[in-house]
Amino acid sequence: MKFLDEYRDGELAQQLAREIHRVTTKPWTLMEVCGGQTHAIVKFGIDELLPEKITLIHGPGCPVCVTPLEIIDQALEIAAQPDVIFASFGDMLRVPGSTTDLLSVKARGGDVRIVYSPLDAVKLAEQNPAKEIVFFGVGFETTAPATAMAIYQAAQKKLANFSMLISHVLVPPAIEALMSSPNCRVQAFLAAGHVCAVMGYEEYFPLVEKYRVPIVVTGFEPLDILQGVLMTVRQLESGRAEVENQYSRAVRREGNLPAQELIKKVFRIVPRKWRGVGEIPQSGLGLGGEYAAFDAAKRFGLADRRVEESSECRSGLVLQGQIKPHECAAFGGKCTPEHPLGATMVSSEGACAAYYRYRRQPVKI
Amino acid sequence: MCLAIPGKVLSISGDDSLTRMARIDFAGVVKQASLAYVPEVKIGDYVIVHVGFALGKVDEDEAQKVFEYLKRMDELGELEEKSP
Repeated sequence: MKFLDEYRDGELAQQLAREIHRVTTKPWTLMEVCGGQTHAIVKFGIDELLPEKITLIHGPGCPVCVTPLEIIDQALEIAAQPDVIFASFGDMLRVPGSTTDLLSVKARGGDVRIVYSPLDAVKLAEQNPAKEIVFFGVGFETTAPATAMAIYQAAQKKLANFSMLISHVLVPPAIEALMSSPNCRVQAFLAAGHVCAVMGYEEYFPLVEKYRVPIVVTGFEPLDILQGVLMTVRQLESGRAEVENQYSRAVRREGNLPAQELIKKVFRIVPRKWRGVGEIPQSGLGLGGEYAAFDAAKRFGLADRRVEESSECRSGLVLQGQIKPHECAAFGGKCTPEHPLGATMVSSEGACAAYYRYRRQPVKI
Repeated sequence: MCLAIPGKVLSISGDDSLTRMARIDFAGVVKQASLAYVPEVKIGDYVIVHVGFALGKVDEDEAQKVFEYLKRMDELGELEEKSP
């Protein structure tokens, strides 16, 4: 496929890898923010092409993984109600809540449906006026234009039976939280290309200045990631800290302005809890003002709650880059993609699932 | 989750900018996507699509930059090899 296959050329990948080896003289720790990049890195073995001096830490950029347990439990509660059609992206269905998951609710008779786009959920609301349609609005800035449009269209069409359970998160506040942590080992970031396709990369300049940390906006194919690493290492080796854009075929500095406009119109910025990380101020999107009526948590009268995570799951440390997935005692034994203890094992973009699928680490049984 | 893939716009329907839709070809698989956020896009353009929305047009000149970068790297490497 054009704009994909040519970025997977093995010979050119080797050439980039050789150049990375040539310019690397000191140990460096980089974080790829996005789960899609983690998946590509582990799938194509990109980390194995890199010099031993370069460590890639897999960041918290998987919305499925960081959706807090409390909101998963709210989703389960809504989906189990009669007269509700609960619509969700497929990858949320096996995320474990406190006691069960959406797939089990569906097996017990709950009307849980997988949709490709939030607009499909709006269509369901039009087609089923006697039912309450609730869409599980999960994602980063990449997905926010789609969920914002679903809300906006539902409001235009005056669909009183449509609402959204929202767990939208934002990338720059998470980078800020990571950088201000005393345990932070990250010296540079590969920023998530598709988040920046929507938001642009203006937001990263203050972070680069404050923390003296290079940030390179990077794509998702092997050549993109290798070039992103090379650009980052070149900055680190020469003592520079700048914002650079490797993924210029899809990302403009200002991002997608019409999309940002609708996001701003429909959502407001709120504090948000990240599973495994904790609450990060100003790191989420929620519904406010004239769109507050579409908030499913309010419509169904679900109170804020606090739930304790399984003590066996160490996904919090994985999400913060403090341990690698196979360093968790439960990895591959008690915790597998079929029976996940935590969300990083559920989503194909979660670091644990990617390691389980592609990385032939000795598996403890 | 942030997976977005490039596809070619085959046809466009609707005049209203918020509800403009396109049929998009992803290497033989054709799907509908909203063009609400890419008012500049025309038939034949490549767009990056995520959950039913085109997020942006692929810039064909910029798409060559990775290969130009590699070529320059190669030429510089040869120069360095030749120098004593």
